[in-house]
Amino acid sequence: MKYVDEYRDAGAVSRLADAIAAATTRPWKIMEICGGQTHAIMRFGLDQLLPDSITLAHGPGCPVCVTPDSYIDKALEIAATAGVIFCSFGDMLRVPGTQGTLLDVKARGGDVRIVYSPLDAVEVARSNPEREVVFFAVGFETTVPANAMAAYTAKQEGVENFSLLVSQVLVPPAMDALLSNPDTCVQGFLAAGHVCTVMGTQAYTPMARRHGVPIVITGFEPVDILSGILACVQALEHNRPEVINMYARTVKPDGNRAARALADAVFETADREWRGLGKLARSGLALRPAYAAFDAEHRFGAARPARPAASACISGDILRGLRAPPQCPAFGTACTPEHPLGVTMVSSEGACAAYYRFRSATPMAGE
Amino acid sequence: MCLAVPGCIMSTRGADLSRMARVDFGGVVRDVNIAFTPEASEGDYVLVHVGVAIATIDETAAARIFQTLETLDAASGRSA
Repeated sequence: MKYVDEYRDAGAVSRLADAIAAATTRPWKIMEICGGQTHAIMRFGLDQLLPDSITLAHGPGCPVCVTPDSYIDKALEIAATAGVIFCSFGDMLRVPGTQGTLLDVKARGGDVRIVYSPLDAVEVARSNPEREVVFFAVGFETTVPANAMAAYTAKQEGVENFSLLVSQVLVPPAMDALLSNPDTCVQGFLAAGHVCTVMGTQAYTPMARRHGVPIVITGFEPVDILSGILACVQALEHNRPEVINMYARTVKPDGNRAARALADAVFETADREWRGLGKLARSGLALRPAYAAFDAEHRFGAARPARPAASACISGDILRGLRAPPQCPAFGTACTPEHPLGVTMVSSEGACAAYYRFRSATPMAGE
Repeated sequence: MCLAVPGCIMSTRGADLSRMARVDFGGVVRDVNIAFTPEASEGDYVLVHVGVAIATIDETAAARIFQTLETLDAASGRSA
């Protein structure tokens, strides 16, 4: 497929790996923010092509992983309510709250449906006017335009039985929180390409300058990721803490203006709680007052802080890049994708699931 | 979860925020909302996330990385 196959070309990958090795003179720790990139790095074994002196830390960029228990519990409560059709992306169904998962609710007879798009959930509401239809609007900036379109469409067409349970989070505040934490020893970032496709690159310039780190925007295919690492290493070696766009085929400096305009009409920034990072100021989105009628928390009550359960899971440290999955005593033993203890093993883009799926047969170097 | 897939627009219909397209993803064809890519038309590639196009893929920018590779080859004396 065009714009996929050529970015997986083995020759190009090996030339980039050679260039990275030639450019590297010192140890560097680089964090890829996005879970999709973590998955690609593990799937294609890209980390094994890098010199030993480059360490990749895996960041908090998986919306499934950072959605806090409070919202999972609220989703479970709404989904179990008589008369409700609860729609969600498939990867949220196995995420455990304090009282089980959405799949458990479905097994007990709840009407929980997997949809491909928020717009499909609006269609479910149109077709079932006698039922309350709630969509679990989880995601980063990438998903904001589609969620905004769903809310806007429901309002325009008067689909009054539709609402959104919004747990939208924003990437730059989380990166800023990581960089402000003295425990974090990340020296450069690969920023999530599709988040920037929507939002553009401007939020990163002051951050790169303030924290003195290069931030390289890149895509998800092997050639994208390695060319991002090469640009990051070159910037680190020459002490240039700047923003570099290596994903220009879809990322413009001010993002997608039409999408941002609708997103801004529907959503406003709000404080949000992140699993692993805690509550961060202005790190997420909530529906604007004009859309309050389509807010599931307005209809079914607000999500309440959940009491954290005791667990051997170290996903909080993993989401901050402080530890790698094989450093967890439960990894691959008490905790597997079939019986996950924590979110980073549940989500297919979580770092633990990526290591388990692509690395469990081979011994880990350096551990 | 931010997975987005490139596909080629086969046809378009509707206007403004209801602008839709049939998009070919390497043989799989789906309806996609293309309201946020008003510049995209038949034959263009768009990047699609959860049923909505979030960018028109810039062909010139897409070629740039491969030009960089040629520069690397020239620097290392390797032929591509």
